[in-house]
Amino acid sequence: MVRREARWSSWPTWGAGQVTLVVAAVVLVIASLGAVLVTPADQPRLAVAFGALIVLGELARLAMPGNRETAPISTAGALGYALLLNIGGTERAAHSAMQVVAVTAIAMTVGALPHIAVGRLPRLDVLARRLITVAAAAFAYRPLAPHLDLHGAWWTAVAAMVGAVTLAMAADLLLTALVRAEALSARVGVALADEFQAQIRLDVAVAATAIIVALAIGIMGIIALLVFTGPLLVTQIAFRRYAAIRSTYLQTVRALARVTEVGGYVEGGHSRRVGDLSVAIGRELGMYEAELLELEYAALMHDIGQLSLPDPIPGGATVFADADEQRRIAKLGAEVIRQAGVLENVATIVEHQCEPYKPNPELPLASRVIRVANAYDDMVGGSGDVDRSQAALERLRLDVAMEYDPDVVEALARVIDRAGRL
Amino acid sequence: MTSLPLAGRLYIVGVVLAAAVTLGFGDYHGIPWVDVAILGVLFLLCESMPTYVATRVSVTVSFSAGLASVVLLGPVGAGLVVLTALFSLHRGLPVIKRVFNAAQFALSAYCAGLVFVWLHGKYGLPQASEFPGLIGPYLLAALVYFGVNSLLVGGVLASTGQIRFRSPKYLHRGPAIVHVANYAAYATFGLLIAALWSVIGWVAVILVLTPLVVARWAFAQYTEQQRAHEATLAAMCQAVETKDYYTRGHCVRVSKGSAMIAEELGMHADRVDAVRHAGMMHDVGKLGVPTRVLQKSGPLTPDEFAKIQLHPMRGVEIVREIGFLDEATAGILHHHERIDGRGYPMGLAGTEIPEFARILGVADAFDCMTSTRAYRGARPVSEALDELRRCAGTQFDSRMVDAMISAVEREGWDPPRPVGPPDSPGQVAKQDHDDPTAPLRVSGDPAG
Repeated sequence: MVRREARWSSWPTWGAGQVTLVVAAVVLVIASLGAVLVTPADQPRLAVAFGALIVLGELARLAMPGNRETAPISTAGALGYALLLNIGGTERAAHSAMQVVAVTAIAMTVGALPHIAVGRLPRLDVLARRLITVAAAAFAYRPLAPHLDLHGAWWTAVAAMVGAVTLAMAADLLLTALVRAEALSARVGVALADEFQAQIRLDVAVAATAIIVALAIGIMGIIALLVFTGPLLVTQIAFRRYAAIRSTYLQTVRALARVTEVGGYVEGGHSRRVGDLSVAIGRELGMYEAELLELEYAALMHDIGQLSLPDPIPGGATVFADADEQRRIAKLGAEVIRQAGVLENVATIVEHQCEPYKPNPELPLASRVIRVANAYDDMVGGSGDVDRSQAALERLRLDVAMEYDPDVVEALARVIDRAGRL
Repeated sequence: MTSLPLAGRLYIVGVVLAAAVTLGFGDYHGIPWVDVAILGVLFLLCESMPTYVATRVSVTVSFSAGLASVVLLGPVGAGLVVLTALFSLHRGLPVIKRVFNAAQFALSAYCAGLVFVWLHGKYGLPQASEFPGLIGPYLLAALVYFGVNSLLVGGVLASTGQIRFRSPKYLHRGPAIVHVANYAAYATFGLLIAALWSVIGWVAVILVLTPLVVARWAFAQYTEQQRAHEATLAAMCQAVETKDYYTRGHCVRVSKGSAMIAEELGMHADRVDAVRHAGMMHDVGKLGVPTRVLQKSGPLTPDEFAKIQLHPMRGVEIVREIGFLDEATAGILHHHERIDGRGYPMGLAGTEIPEFARILGVADAFDCMTSTRAYRGARPVSEALDELRRCAGTQFDSRMVDAMISAVEREGWDPPRPVGPPDSPGQVAKQDHDDPTAPLRVSGDPAG
């Protein structure tokens, strides 16, 4: 069976924000390379050492939950280079902000080559954003560097470093949120909150490491580069495991949700489509990422209660079964999920997925979303036919306010409209 | 204390006395008491808060704090810093353990300090000119700290009779290299703290600990998600079984039995986990077999038998999207193959059958035999093992059978509680495709 790609999200296409980012980064790279060519590089040995570290960091890229690509060691190395004041005691670091950008850009390109060689194409907008992040810190901090001194007023220097990395991280969060909001059709405020929630801890670790490297090289010399990544390496290992189990978890639920299809209880691809559509509607309604994950789990497993029926309902569609029976199946499904003991919210969502909107508008929003998405998919199924989808939407609108939440149905209409225009 | 053997008591008293004498006659001239206090608090916090960096590897960051003290404060100062282990925040830690811990840490730090000063010539805030010469002595000091610490702790475990020699299978679980790499990493943090201290004082501690605290958070999340994943997996697989009254809990037990075999064979921890998952999901494809066929009491028509034979493929159809399962998928597909080549769905023979499938086959049949079925009661464990032995070489791989037998003999096996007939007869299968003692009857098949 060919797996249908998610129709409701437009990740692979390029938005204006992503194009702007890449263009800005390209301009930055050309300017910095030009500047370095005109005035020869300061302390080339240092530049090469940091470049090597950034290359290694790029090799150890990290895919965080939610399709987020980061390279903590690379970013920490580049920021550390930007923050450097002196090398092994008295020698001052004299490089310019332009040189920081040039070294980072070259090293990031070199680091991307092995990934390309094995067929993992880099996401240009992500590389561009990370370069711009580093550039922000470098342009803010390098002009101050000659006035800062670690031997006297070290706290001024450390405060300047903290300010520079904070600026860089804030820029990173903002740019990421803007791009994601555009790509996923989410609200900017929600996207920013999601980014903050997803990235802030790793960002703090990266920022601390960048300051550590700048200070440690100041006292220990270039050899500190070998040592300083230790704490961040431990952090990265922990995050890698976390990201892996998150993705495994989602895969498992997605796959096992299909037992109802293999068993002939529902039409093939139903749970996956309801999952994707629910997430798209939820995002349209401004739900946060954590809520969307629970919504997706619940949507994927919404038919699991049917497993306790001895034989499938003819036709497979729950929308044609009577209301009491539907509610009983939903309850059985919730019981199955509750068995796991870890998905209490998901169980609650599944339990209420069949309640009509009218007498109890206080139902969980996620339940109301699944009710609409499920009804829509029962009528339209995997067909991409526009007339059929409009007819289904009309039928849902007839029952609005009694059966379905009007806001959810309108969000569905917008999602369908957008998918149709692509 | 009174419950300990005499050797243990003497040993503990000896270590504590040695620590007391060493620190008591130490040179307290010029000790920076403020730094001792700050590092002491740091050591105490780290000691009370183990950081997990891998599932079974816990390292306390106190190692780093202790080593930083060695560089900054020398033997006596470092010995004083680590004495704070006495006030460890672990609740319920008996006084005797606190005292011993503090004493053994003090001796370890003191010895490391002696080695460091002997090799490097001095201690105190490291200056830029001391690098990279300081690194060699530091690493040796770290080795001594680790060595003395391990010896003293090993000694107390041996002398109080708490040491247990693990069975060989555990040697495969936590490779020693991981421990060594971890200690090496934590040693470098100590050096970092010491080096940064000379520039920014105690702020160094915050800087170095920040990434570690974040790592600790990420690891806690990982553990939680992993637990949630296992629980969800089990719940969903059990949901599939509700169709048949008698096979409830089958997936959980096959999962356990398969993991026991895999551990007995000395497989790597990751593969044991994969086997466990495969065992859990081996029969999800049964849902693709019509209930009517599963519950049929008479001989099956060839067509119905073909439907049953298809269930491993249906299972694979479901689980193949789960990326981590590669080897497990093959195991699920072939778990009904037989060594003599007369199994299904492909009729593979001998070692053509994937290793995981041979494991699953044994665990699957074993649980079936030790569970109640509609047409027979549960058999005792010993009888089921005999049956496995009898079928070794024809239906099952003898190596897997031997592993199952020795694992069950050592660890025991909890068969499901015998169950009476269900309230509604609609949920009962009259025969079981997993049962080696009563093969499915197919009409027209002379063997049936």
